[in-house]
Amino acid sequence: MNLAMAGSQRRASFTGLYAFLVSVTMFFAAFTSAMVVRRGASDDWKGVPAPSLLWVNTGVLAVSSVLAEKARRVLRAGDRRRHFNLWWTGATLLGAMFVAGQIMVWRYLHRHGVYLNTTPGSAFFFVGTIAHAVHLGGGWLAMLYLNIRAFRLELGPGRRTAIDVATIYWHFLGILWLYLLWLFRFWGN
Amino acid sequence: MENPTAAKVHAPPGGFLRRYVFSTDHKVIGIQYYLLALFSVFLGMTLSALMRYHLVYPGEKQHLFQLLWPNGAPDGIMTPELYLSLMTMHGTIMVFFVLTTAPQSGFGNYFLPLQIGAPDMAFPVLNMLSFWTTLLSFLVLCSAFFADGGAPLGGWTAYPPLSATGAIAGPGMGTGMDLWIISIALFCVASLMGAINFLTTVLEMRAKGMSLMRMPLTCWGWFVTAVISLFAFAVLLTAGILLLLDRLGGTSFFLPAGLVISDRVLDHSGGSPLLWQHLFWFFGHPEVYIAILPGMGLVSTVLSVFSRKPVFGYKAMAYAMVAIGLLGFLVWGHHMFISGMSPYSAIAFSVLTLAIGVPSAIKTFNWLGTIWGGQLRLTTAMLFALGFVSVFVSGGLTGLFLGQPALDLYFHDTYFVVGHFHMIMGVASIFGIFAATFYWFPKVTGRMMSEPLGKIHFYCTFLGAYAIFIPMHFAGIAGNPRRYADFTQFDFLKDLASVHKFITHAALFTAVIQLLFLWNLFWSWRRGAKARENPWNATTLEWALPSPPPAHNFGINPPLVKRGPYDYSLPQGGKDFLMQHEGEEE
Amino acid sequence: MLFAGLIWLTAAVVAAAFAMKRWWFPPPINTYAANFDSYFSLNIAVAGIIFFLAQAALGWFIWRFRNQGRRVRHTEGNNRLEVVWTAVTLALFLAASVPSAVLWSRVHLDLLSPTAMSVELLGQQFAWNVRYPGPDGRYGRTSARFVNDAAGNPFGIDDGDPAGKDDVVSGALRIPAGKPVLLRLHSRDVIHSFFVRELRVKQDLVPGMEIPLKIEADKPGEYEIACSELCGLGHHQMRGLLIVMPPAQFDAWLRQQREARQ
Repeated sequence: MNLAMAGSQRRASFTGLYAFLVSVTMFFAAFTSAMVVRRGASDDWKGVPAPSLLWVNTGVLAVSSVLAEKARRVLRAGDRRRHFNLWWTGATLLGAMFVAGQIMVWRYLHRHGVYLNTTPGSAFFFVGTIAHAVHLGGGWLAMLYLNIRAFRLELGPGRRTAIDVATIYWHFLGILWLYLLWLFRFWGN
Repeated sequence: MENPTAAKVHAPPGGFLRRYVFSTDHKVIGIQYYLLALFSVFLGMTLSALMRYHLVYPGEKQHLFQLLWPNGAPDGIMTPELYLSLMTMHGTIMVFFVLTTAPQSGFGNYFLPLQIGAPDMAFPVLNMLSFWTTLLSFLVLCSAFFADGGAPLGGWTAYPPLSATGAIAGPGMGTGMDLWIISIALFCVASLMGAINFLTTVLEMRAKGMSLMRMPLTCWGWFVTAVISLFAFAVLLTAGILLLLDRLGGTSFFLPAGLVISDRVLDHSGGSPLLWQHLFWFFGHPEVYIAILPGMGLVSTVLSVFSRKPVFGYKAMAYAMVAIGLLGFLVWGHHMFISGMSPYSAIAFSVLTLAIGVPSAIKTFNWLGTIWGGQLRLTTAMLFALGFVSVFVSGGLTGLFLGQPALDLYFHDTYFVVGHFHMIMGVASIFGIFAATFYWFPKVTGRMMSEPLGKIHFYCTFLGAYAIFIPMHFAGIAGNPRRYADFTQFDFLKDLASVHKFITHAALFTAVIQLLFLWNLFWSWRRGAKARENPWNATTLEWALPSPPPAHNFGINPPLVKRGPYDYSLPQGGKDFLMQHEGEEE
Repeated sequence: MLFAGLIWLTAAVVAAAFAMKRWWFPPPINTYAANFDSYFSLNIAVAGIIFFLAQAALGWFIWRFRNQGRRVRHTEGNNRLEVVWTAVTLALFLAASVPSAVLWSRVHLDLLSPTAMSVELLGQQFAWNVRYPGPDGRYGRTSARFVNDAAGNPFGIDDGDPAGKDDVVSGALRIPAGKPVLLRLHSRDVIHSFFVRELRVKQDLVPGMEIPLKIEADKPGEYEIACSELCGLGHHQMRGLLIVMPPAQFDAWLRQQREARQ
């Protein structure tokens, strides 16, 4: 009975996650369509001078995703908590680095006189990257929480589900970031 | 047959706060949502009564106005900006905090887990959070009344540039408008949390044997509504953020170049006012179905219970809801026929709009099919359900006019539209809420509502609704534009004074009659006759539990579902009905 | 059965009230408006019949199947019926979309002869402004910087542009009877909407866009222009006048205005 309940809890967590991903996708789909319409509405479109730091950030986030996946697999394969902690801590730290890197990108733009209201492109850039960072911040807090629990050796079945959910969400945010990068660097430039 | 009621293993959480305020019990949260909607509906109705009074007696001083709004009605006469702010708040409160809150979040929270045999919603804490976020959103909205300049006057649709240029565009368009946007954004977040919860609950929490095609149609209504909310509110959230940035961040998403407002040249450029309309109506039209789908499900159930007949064409009903949900996302352009959008896309939107009439018609035919050949028990719940069918037909048929761009060329933004959407979205949905209240009240409180009082309330409300909203169509045919603070400035509007006077009196009468409902609700809560476990001889699972249900619903013995939701008048004789967990596996 | 009677009564009163036509359209002033009226009549007839039949059936069912303690036959539906009424409503709705699209295309898709007169209509909080080009047919350049209502320049016509010297600015929309006119709709602040009941036409004025609208009025007279998109606290008093004049009279008026500008 309890096992069955735990199983349905696990399934519910995944379903809830996917539903959440649908709503996040719709949020950014609306954002994209606004961008397409806005660009077509006038001839004042200008891209954003993006620093190469963006590529570094992209790399950091990608490695973070890989580490999180590695941690998840290690945990599933054989309960080697020590190794899980290592990988998962790495993923969490790199996640923080990505956000720090994004803040540096925004500061770089400010130094070069590019603000939210400077050009249509910069408006979309700031809104898109900040919205992504906010979503990422939520996922990062979850990772941090799980990390603390893992160090305290408190990973029950519920938290293992949470690790799976957090990892999938983390991958989703990585893919979302690649999409946004394409949107700003290539389509919007 | 197992007895689910015997399984009271968990005690309810102790302490008043944990039990009634910060509760994670879906039943308590459902009641919280319902009470929020109840307060909102009376607030919204009062605003409309004041507006209607002002419309027909524009020059008469009312001390009450002055008392309530010393700035908005300095000498007891409502200023146009006050009128428009009441109108904006009326629309916003009714659409979001009544029509979205009561049918889905209120009744859905309480009865979805019960009807599918689940112990609670899938994510109880998220459920609590979504209620408190909704309440916060409501408080932020109401605080706009007290902002400098008062509440916003841009209408619930908040079209830019009016809504995007700040206080220079009018009183209330400063802080009041900011608060409005923040409130709506919070509401979006709350609705998204709710939608995720509902969707997961339906997909993952059904009791054994409760296949999707054995769910009561109410559950189908809540499920499709949850899916729609998931898509629609995410888009509104984006739009709201962009609008707020145009106001506060100096961006130009919706603001074009060359705007001159109050003799000031604005330095925005390049934005598109139509972009907002697209984003808003991509949410706004599905929102209509968010308001009505749970009512459709409920009406199907109530008609079946009180006709003692299965719902006619259960599958067609379920598929029609899904079709409405899908098509609902393809028709937003019919709100924009005269907006300056491409005339070709108007034709496409028109065809899709008329197509969405098909599933709606299917539902109506099936409702008639359900009562055909039955033995109707005209309880108050049943009367409201039948009333729902009547106003749904009346309000739906006028949609036939507005869905055709050629006719909308004339009727757009006239009282014809006001009459249409109040009938189909307002009255029909509210009738659904009333039917649900009378139907489920015994389950929630363990007591019956007064039937004589309920019937008087129903008959007066039914007549009142027709008396208010049908004449609005005449005003619309005569060309009367909506959202006018008074009708004194145009020659052709003077001829309509008698129509408006009639509408106002009907509205005031209907508003007063609603006190009867309030009285019935609270009096019956304390003093009503005791209700049995299953007073209506209904078949769905919530009626297998005691009234009110125990804190943990079915406890550790979830029911085993053996049949569809509407097994009435079975040919085998014996009992008139079999509940979903009774009898042999079908 | 009180409720059955009430539904019949309501349906009868509503149908009678529509049939009375006490509050109705003003008389049409062009052939399009007359076509609109007959198409509307067709629609209201069809909708009225459906309305009446559906409400009457509802009332009749309530009366006929009132609870007399009889046994109910268990039936769960009828697939053939479902198919029939789905097909019938689909056919009805699709049929409605064709004449409607044709009527719509008269207003928005028919090409206008290139010689048609052009008039610019500008909405502002809360007034209408009209501009006629000079004999050269060209409008002077405008800019928000030059907008000055007090000085009679609501359009912000640039004095530096010679094409603007002969532009005529007016408060009322005067047009010659029987001649097609191309309105160029602009707004300088928020969205407004141009609506003349007698023309049976409505079109939003959106800032940042120029929206063309073709109108034609056959019957001389004065008609009210009512703003039909919420534009702020003065929305209800944003009244304008469409003055349809006999062509000769109109020409004389326009000539006189131009001379006054020189």
